[in-house]
Amino acid sequence: MSFFKKLKDKFVKEHDEHEQATDDTTTQEDNEEQTLANETQETESTSSSFDVEEPDGEVHEELSEAEEAAEQEGIALKFRKGLEKTRSSFSGKINDLVAKYRTVDEDFFEDLEEVLISADVGVNTVMDMIDELKMEVKRRNIKDTEMVKEVISEKLVDIYYGDDQSGETEELTLNPDGLSIILVVGVNGVGKTTTIGKMAHKLKQEGKKVTLAAGDTFRAGAIEQLDVWGERVGVNVVKHAAGSDPAAVIYDGIRSAQSKNADVLLCDTAGRLQNKVNLMNELAKVKRVIEREVPGAPHEVLLVLDATTGQNAMSQAKTFSEATNVSGIVLTKLDGTAKGGIVLAIRNEMEIPVKMVGLGEKVSDLEMFDPHAFVYGLFADMVEEYEEEK
Amino acid sequence: MAFEGLSDRLQGTIQKIKGKGKVTEQDVKEMTREVRLALLEADVNFKVVKDFVKRVRERAVGQEVMESLTPGQQVIKVVKEELTDLMGGDESKIAVASKPPTVIMMVGLQGAGKTTTTGKLANHLRKKQNRSPLLVAADVYRPAAVDQLKTVGTELDLPVFEKGTDANPVDIAREGIAQAKEDHQDYVIIDTAGRLHVDHELMDELQQIKQLTTPDEIFLVVDSMTGQDAVNVAESFNEQLDISGVILTKLDGDTRGGAALSIKAVTDKPIKFAGMGEKLDELEPFHPERMASRILGMGDMLTLIEKAQDQVDEKRAKELESKMRSASFTFDDFLEQMDQVKNMGPLDELVGMIPGANKMKGLKNVSLDDKQLVHVEAIIKSMTKHERQDPSLMNASRKKRIAKGSGTSVSEVNRLLKQFEEMKKMMKQMNGMQKGKKGKGMNLPFM
Ligand SMILES: Nc1nc2c(ncn2[C@@H]2O[C@H](COP(=O)(O)OP(=O)(O)OP(=O)(O)O)[C@@H](O)[C@H]2O)c(=O)[nH]1
Ligand SMILES: Nc1nc2c(ncn2[C@@H]2O[C@H](COP(=O)(O)OP(=O)(O)OP(=O)(O)O)[C@@H](O)[C@H]2O)c(=O)[nH]1
Ligand SMILES: [Mg+2]
Ligand SMILES: [Mg+2]
Repeated sequence: MSFFKKLKDKFVKEHDEHEQATDDTTTQEDNEEQTLANETQETESTSSSFDVEEPDGEVHEELSEAEEAAEQEGIALKFRKGLEKTRSSFSGKINDLVAKYRTVDEDFFEDLEEVLISADVGVNTVMDMIDELKMEVKRRNIKDTEMVKEVISEKLVDIYYGDDQSGETEELTLNPDGLSIILVVGVNGVGKTTTIGKMAHKLKQEGKKVTLAAGDTFRAGAIEQLDVWGERVGVNVVKHAAGSDPAAVIYDGIRSAQSKNADVLLCDTAGRLQNKVNLMNELAKVKRVIEREVPGAPHEVLLVLDATTGQNAMSQAKTFSEATNVSGIVLTKLDGTAKGGIVLAIRNEMEIPVKMVGLGEKVSDLEMFDPHAFVYGLFADMVEEYEEEK
Repeated sequence: MAFEGLSDRLQGTIQKIKGKGKVTEQDVKEMTREVRLALLEADVNFKVVKDFVKRVRERAVGQEVMESLTPGQQVIKVVKEELTDLMGGDESKIAVASKPPTVIMMVGLQGAGKTTTTGKLANHLRKKQNRSPLLVAADVYRPAAVDQLKTVGTELDLPVFEKGTDANPVDIAREGIAQAKEDHQDYVIIDTAGRLHVDHELMDELQQIKQLTTPDEIFLVVDSMTGQDAVNVAESFNEQLDISGVILTKLDGDTRGGAALSIKAVTDKPIKFAGMGEKLDELEPFHPERMASRILGMGDMLTLIEKAQDQVDEKRAKELESKMRSASFTFDDFLEQMDQVKNMGPLDELVGMIPGANKMKGLKNVSLDDKQLVHVEAIIKSMTKHERQDPSLMNASRKKRIAKGSGTSVSEVNRLLKQFEEMKKMMKQMNGMQKGKKGKGMNLPFM
C-alpha cells in the first residue's frame, strides 16, 4: 500500500469530524498569516486538510472521485479546494525534500538526524528512526531516491501514529446531551488560561453555551486574567477569592453551569511542576470532585504543552497522566520558532493525541491539530537550509 | 524514563573508564558518545554538543591525560572541566548605577517567568542589599498583567508604577524612572510583556525602551525546560538588545536544563540567578558547576566520588560494601560510616548529590538534620554489643533503657530503628541495580 493511501486511511475519520471546523471561515482567515509564518511552505492546508470517505470506507485516489463524493455529501466548494491543495502540498513537499538529495547517503541521514533533533523530537526517537530507515533501505535494497522517499515519509508519520490503527479522533470529546466538562492542566506558564479563553471563543462560535471556572486561586492575578478572557469572549466566569480551595471553585463552577444549562464548562487550574507531589495530589482531588459530581466527566483532560519545551515534556505527560488521566494535548506557542517535536514521542509512547495547537495570543489563534502540517513543519528547515546552500 | 537509562549508562561508562590505568582512543570515543547522548537528552543544542564533544575528545587523547598516572580519572576531570568552563563562573552580582536609580529591564518569551522574577529580584535587592526598588508594569498586552505585578508588589509591600493598559510601554518605562527619582527609589525593575524573538514590532518596542532608559542590566528570563530552540531565542534577544545576563527559571522542576549550556555558549553572557519556585523568595545565585553535573544527569556524583576518596580507606570501604551486599550491616558499621560521613560535609548536601536520591522512597523518611546525628550517635552508643549486631532483639524495655541512656525518647529510638531498616532495604535496592547489566557501580561509603 502506498504511503499516502495509508495516511488517508488513518486520517479519514478525523477528517469527517473536521468538517464543522472548516466552516468556521471567519476565524480561520485571521489565522492564516500566523500559520504561514510558522510553516513557510504550507499554504491554506493547515485549516483544511481533510479527506472524504465513502460509506464503504474506500478512499478515492482520484481527485475527481473525491469531488464527486464531496458533492454527494454536500460539502462546500471551498472545502474541496482545500483538500486538493493539501493532497498535493503534503505529498509534494516530502517528495521534494528527499528528491533534493540526489543520493541517500550518510550525509542525508546526518542532516535528517540533526534537523529532527533540533525540532526536539528527542535523540532516542531520532536514532531509532534513522536506524529503522537505514535498515528498511538496505532490506529492500533501495538505491532509487524515489522509493527511499516513500519509505521515509511513511516512517515519519508512523512515528506519530505508532501501532495505533484505531484512528483515534483528534476531535474534542463532548457530551452530546448535557454538560461537558473540560479540565485543563499543565506546568507553569505554558498557556493554560489563554487556551481556555481561545477555546471558549471557538465553542461559543459553534453555538455552545460556555462557562469558565477560575480554578487557579494561587498565582498572582490568575483570577483577574481569566476574568478578562471571560469578558473578552462574553462568557460567564465562576470565581472565588484568591487563595481559596480550587476544588471548591470547580464544584461551584459545575453547579453554576448546570443551573444555567451550559453546554461546556472549562476548568482552569494553577500551573504546577510535575515533580511537586502535593500539587499533583491537589489536582487529582479536583478531578475526583468533577467525577463525583457529573458521571462521565471530565469529558476531556487537556494537558497544555509549550512547544518551546524540550525533553521534559515527556515527563510532564507521564506524571500528569498518572494524576489526571490526560486525554489530549494542546501544543501552544507554535507561532514561535520551536517545533514541539517531543509530541511525536509522547504520542508514540503514551498514545496521547495532540488535539489542538496554539498559534498566538489572540482569541482566534487556536486550531485543530493537523498531523500533515506538523510532520512537515519538523523538517521544513532541512528543505530551506538545503536550498540556501545551493 | 529515557533520562535515567542514559545517566545510568553514562555513569557506567565513567565508572569503567575511571579505574583504567590506560585509556585508549576507543575508550575515549565510547565515553564521548555517551556524553553526547546525555547532553542531547538534556536538551543541550546539537551544535553546542558537537563542539563540546570535539573539544573533549581532543583533550582526552592529549598529553595531560595520557601522561597522567590516573588517566581514567583525568578524562572524567576533562569532561567536567569543559562543561563547567562552558557554563561560566558564579556571577550573581547586580549592577549599580553611579547615579541612581539603577535600571533593570526584564525581557523574554511568553510565560518564561518575567513578572514573578521581577518580584523575586526586588525582594532580593531589598533583603540582601538593603535597596528600595520600584516595580514598573510595562506589560500592557497580557490580560491582567498589571494586576499580577500589583499583587506581587502588595505581597512584598513594594511600590508598583503603572498606567493601566492604554498607555504606551515606552512612556510607562520612562515615567516609572522619573517617579523613582522623585521618590528616591534606588532601583527600577521594568517588567515587559512576553514576546517572540521573531516578532519585529514588539522587539522594536524593547529597543525603544532600552534607548530611552539606558538600563544598567537587561536580564533575559528563560524557562529551564526550554529545548533546542533556546539558542535561537537567546541569540536573537542578545543580538537585538545586547542583554547583560540570563535568569533561568523553574529549576525546581526535574528538567535537566541543558538550555543553560546552549544559552551560555551562544551568547557568552553569564547566567546570574536561578528561579527555584513560585514564591517570591525562591531565587538563588546560579551555580554553574552544579548545573554541569545536573545536565549530565549525575547529581554531583563526581564531587561525591572525589570527597569519598579523600575520606575513605579503600580497603575498609570494600569490606563494608561486601557487608552491605550480604545485608549483614550492623549498627556498629553504621556508626563507623557516620564518622566518615561527618568528615565529608553536611548530610543532606551529600545525599542531594546522589543521582536519583530524591526519588528513592526510603530516603524520604530518613531525617537529614546534622544535629540529629548527635542523637543518633548517642542512641547507638547506648545499645549493647548484641543489640548493635542484631536489632531484632529490640523490645519495649530495651528501647526504654536505650532512650534513657542516650537522653532521647523511645519514639526517637523507634525512628532510628525504622530508618536503619529502610537503609538496609535501600542497600538491597542499590545492590539490585548494581547487579543489573547497566552496572551503576555505586560504592558510596555510607550506604
Ligand atoms: N506566542 C504565543 N503565546 C502564547 C500562546 N498561548 C499562550 N501564550 C502566552 O503565554 C503566556 C502564558 O500564558 P497563560 O495562559 O497565562 O499560561 P498558564 O499556563 O495559564 O500560566 P500559569 O497559570 O501561570 O501556569 C501569556 O503571555 C500568553 O499570552 C501561543 O499559542 N502563542
Ligand atoms: N515552579 C516555578 N514556577 C515559576 C518560577 N518562575 C515563575 N514561575 C511560574 O511560571 C508562570 C509564569 O510566570 P510569569 O512570571 O507570569 O511569566 P511571564 O514571563 O511574566 O509571563 P508573560 O508576562 O505572560 O510573558 C507562573 O505560574 C509562575 O508562578 C520558578 O522559578 N519555579
Ligand atoms: Mg493560568
Ligand atoms: Mg509577565
